[in-house]
Amino acid sequence: MTSVLTLEDVHVRYGGSHVLQGVSFEVPDTGVTALLGRNGVGKTTTLKAVLGLAPRTGTIRVRDREVQGERTHRIVAGGVGYVPEDREVFGGLTVDENLRLVDQASGVDAPIVGELFPDLVARRHQRAGTLSGGQQQMVSLARVLLRDNDLLLVDEPTKGLAPKLVTEVADVLARVATTTPILLVEQNLPLVRRIADTVVVLDAGTVVHRGDAAALVEDPELTTELLGVSMRAKGAA
Amino acid sequence: MSDLLLILVTGLGLGALYFLAASGLSLIYGLMGVLNFAHGSFMTAGAYAAWVTMDAMPSSTAVGLRLLVAVLVALVVGTLVGVVVEVVLIRPLYRHHIQQVLVTVGLSLASVAAVQGVFGSDPYPVAKPSFMRGTVDVLGARLPVDRFVYLAVALLLLGGLLALLRYTRLGLVIRAGVENRTMVEALGIDVQRTFTIVFGLGGAVAALAGVLFSQYAGTVSPLQGGSLLIYAFIVVVIGGMGSLTGTAVAAFAVGLVQQLANYYAASGIGDLSVVLLLALVLLLRPSSLQGAHA
Repeated sequence: MTSVLTLEDVHVRYGGSHVLQGVSFEVPDTGVTALLGRNGVGKTTTLKAVLGLAPRTGTIRVRDREVQGERTHRIVAGGVGYVPEDREVFGGLTVDENLRLVDQASGVDAPIVGELFPDLVARRHQRAGTLSGGQQQMVSLARVLLRDNDLLLVDEPTKGLAPKLVTEVADVLARVATTTPILLVEQNLPLVRRIADTVVVLDAGTVVHRGDAAALVEDPELTTELLGVSMRAKGAA
Repeated sequence: MSDLLLILVTGLGLGALYFLAASGLSLIYGLMGVLNFAHGSFMTAGAYAAWVTMDAMPSSTAVGLRLLVAVLVALVVGTLVGVVVEVVLIRPLYRHHIQQVLVTVGLSLASVAAVQGVFGSDPYPVAKPSFMRGTVDVLGARLPVDRFVYLAVALLLLGGLLALLRYTRLGLVIRAGVENRTMVEALGIDVQRTFTIVFGLGGAVAALAGVLFSQYAGTVSPLQGGSLLIYAFIVVVIGGMGSLTGTAVAAFAVGLVQQLANYYAASGIGDLSVVLLLALVLLLRPSSLQGAHA
């Protein structure tokens, strides 16, 4: 299986803190790869390292292109979409303006928006800062889907959302993953079991486990050892 | 009544100049978080570029035409100075705010010395076109015509900048960048290029302010830009860092307060009253320091 993303011996240091300590893994070019781990182990930092938003060393390849020396906007324009933790929509801009930042010509009129997020079309003139958390997440997802991507980096898309919205977000991600590989940071194990194919687990800035998503999530001893939680404790989706 | 009208128009005219001086500063801080203490140097560069241009043109040419050409030259010079300063001095220091302050303060001091070295310390008179001289009678008050020119230019600039922010791609990126420039970059947009454009725009507007302030003062001098910069900073802080409409309101308020205090209290009290206004705003609305939407 070919890889869409390859990290080799990636280190990130913030001041005196050595957050990523030689992270190496590959993301297959199909489906969803979940990046798991306890809080503070470096999951979000890994995504930021790929995007050039964190000071990194090592080798990062998107398909065959080394991107570790490139600036963020070039990496993103080259086909890496990013849905950040906490959505980070532009609250003072309307829904349409948020989308036109990426697709100047169409914005909210792009067919994929009407198809996946019809609610956003109705709210096109509403300031994004006045939307609910779930609606903001839709804006954040729609923004990256307006561009053809080789890979999506999605950071905790269901954080703080109501169960119904979690299901909606999962549906969207599952559908997107049929055409675009996703590297997903997520704490919600039922969601991981539902949409992820493979998992990479980080601990203390290094990779401690790689493998099949279902095999990990269904193994309570392993999830407890690696993540400190299990599906039994979390309950089924 | 006529005195009050004169004071109000003079205050608005002065406020217009403050807005011209402050608007570029506000845009630059709002988008880039850069406190540009060299903004006064941009104004000085514009003023001297205009003065040199007017001086170089044949004296037989109408002063108004010479001023128009001089303004165009000043806009080009201001844009170039802004772009060069951003690329050479500011860009290597993004995320190093203290160093940015030191560099821009150093540039402001060095530019004054450079201008003094080339042109001398003495102020030079600038020619004023006939349409900006004289007065017009309104309700018994003899109002200087040039104040209306400054006011018209400021309102045109405000309208133009608001239209730029509201209706153009660049404006959309600037408004988004004022909120979260990292996320703009993470959407695949070259924010650094936008920084350069905004610095160039700020330089052009500052140069225009420099030209018109030299018309207001009747002279051009090396310290003119620096003295206007102090008021520009006060206006930007009162109006809310990064807020263009706030900057406009604050500029006219400062101009009016200054003139009213000078006339009705005592000459020289105007500057003190502006500082008191700043203190009052900071005490009652400290959030003005934290920025606002353009």
